[in-house]
Amino acid sequence: MIVYLVRRFGQSLLAIAAMAVLVFLGVYAIGNPVDILISPEATQADIIATTERLGLDKPLYEQFGIFIWNALHGDLGNSFVYGRPALDIILERLPATMELALVALVISVGFGVPLGVWAGLRPTSLAGRTIMGGSILGFSLPNFWQGMLLILVFAVLLGWLPAGGRGETTEFLGLEVSFLTLDGLSHLILPAINLALFKMSLIIRLARANTREVALQDYVKFARAKGLSTRRVVLVHILKNIMIPVVTIIGLELGSMVAFAIVTETVFAWPGMGKLLIDSINLLDRPLIVAYLMLTVLIIVMINLLVDVLYSMLDPRIRLSEMKG
Amino acid sequence: MTALLDVRDLHTHFFTRDGVAKAVDGISFSLQRGEILGLVGESGSGKSVTGFSILGLVDAPGRVVSGQVLFDGEDVVTAGEGTLRHLRGKRIAMIFQDPMMTLNPVLRIDTQMIEAVQAHEKVSRKEALARAREALVAVGISSPDERLESYPHQFSGGMRQRVAIAIALLHKPDLIIADEPTTALDVTIQAQILAEVQKLCADSGTALIWITHDLAVVSGLADRLAVMYAGRIIEEGTTAEVIGRPLHPYTKGLIGSVPQGKRHGTTLTQIRGMTPPLLDLPKGCKFRPRCPRADDQCLTEPPLGPVAGGRRVRCVHPHLEDQEDAVLS
Repeated sequence: MIVYLVRRFGQSLLAIAAMAVLVFLGVYAIGNPVDILISPEATQADIIATTERLGLDKPLYEQFGIFIWNALHGDLGNSFVYGRPALDIILERLPATMELALVALVISVGFGVPLGVWAGLRPTSLAGRTIMGGSILGFSLPNFWQGMLLILVFAVLLGWLPAGGRGETTEFLGLEVSFLTLDGLSHLILPAINLALFKMSLIIRLARANTREVALQDYVKFARAKGLSTRRVVLVHILKNIMIPVVTIIGLELGSMVAFAIVTETVFAWPGMGKLLIDSINLLDRPLIVAYLMLTVLIIVMINLLVDVLYSMLDPRIRLSEMKG
Repeated sequence: MTALLDVRDLHTHFFTRDGVAKAVDGISFSLQRGEILGLVGESGSGKSVTGFSILGLVDAPGRVVSGQVLFDGEDVVTAGEGTLRHLRGKRIAMIFQDPMMTLNPVLRIDTQMIEAVQAHEKVSRKEALARAREALVAVGISSPDERLESYPHQFSGGMRQRVAIAIALLHKPDLIIADEPTTALDVTIQAQILAEVQKLCADSGTALIWITHDLAVVSGLADRLAVMYAGRIIEEGTTAEVIGRPLHPYTKGLIGSVPQGKRHGTTLTQIRGMTPPLLDLPKGCKFRPRCPRADDQCLTEPPLGPVAGGRRVRCVHPHLEDQEDAVLS
């Protein structure tokens, strides 16, 4: 178990290191931030001074060296625009994105798994086919368009829910959250649904396909032959088996939900990290982009690690102790 | 005395896109308490579907279209899901062919056994566990406490089949349907399991339907044999009679294709051709295209007619002239 975890952790570090190189080079290549940061009337001397102040006059390898050295000390640089540590700015925005992503996850799993199992058990029924048809819409319609339509229907036409912003927040475990106040919750619902729709469709299809497969297995028939109730057969024998692939997808998708809630956050003016990234890219705020991407990598790597541990809890055949070799 | 199980003109059909596959097409047989019936046939002859029909476990697109399955006088075919649930596992248990597939891979053995106990009796978890432990001991599993806490993948095939048998025996059912339970096992394990099941059934007076394609296995076990072909029973009688003096050319062919010490050095007889596809069955007797005795009379399908000694055979030209030991010489 420990050997496995250490090895798995080593792999994670390697992935982060590789990403650091790629991210730094990629951001370096997209243009000179000084051109944007400085006013058009600035003199040549101003430009040189700014370039030196930001450390952009040094050769690439030296800039990278400084970046890595500082990163190892937990410093991902100061934002060119805000003049404060980039990491701090991102971390201020992180809770909003995390909250949005987690609520979206709960929605997509909470609805996706039962609907998928239902469709899988009765693939030819009207309900089953309706669920499948709906899921096609869910992941084929563009995310931003779904978002705008949600606003149009629920905020503009019906006026039930607000169109954007985060609403009233309260402190929960030291973080600002929306879901505990009625106002915050009403602000949260639409963006969370928007973010969840695609994942939910994915989970529906996955759950359905796996349910259909598992339902034909001998062990399900044997469970029925034992005289178990349909309820127990479905909720224990089938569900536990289909959760293995579902957890994989949840793991992969949670990472991408946190990292790339950009579209939803932009449409609903949700003050999260995604919106921050878009602004930073427009201003070529290198340290902020780099810090954002590094943090994202870190989150995804950690979620994957967590999923691997979760697997072993679901499937006894991949107990960690057997992975030592 | 009424029979424990009385199957009357059972038809189970599968409604596929290419047509209706009549997997079971009008079979009738009955079984007394404690009796062991061998249901013999090749793959696709409908023997497994017969077993599932008795438990009401035929999956879509299949369904029992007509006929009766009277279990202890009550018709299983028309019974509701609730009635069936109380029958399954409690009074009729089933053992499946592939032990690697019958236990749920993600649930521990104790979970799978306790739920089987609690499905039919309101007992505490602790008591159910004790029952499960007892059942494992009865089928010859050593260190049952440790085994109960294991997952199926930690067991060998033979062990898993023992667990499946233990589960089948939990409620001391009146009838066990064993669907080729030894086919996937090594020969030595096969013999152990056979002996085990035979003993357990004799002890508890449980009737047994042993579904198999292996005449050698079933001949030492069953009281009576029913030979199936293309969804029909084509011959039925006591084991000694059917093995010793097969009347149907198909049965004779089946027995002839089993290697035996006595016939060492001689060529094994073969049955020509293959089992016909269920969607495209020949006219008349279904065995006609493969039968050495077939003629124009066979174009009308004969009924399963009675022959002397309580035997029944579905053939226009049965091997009535053969002497009892002529087959084996």
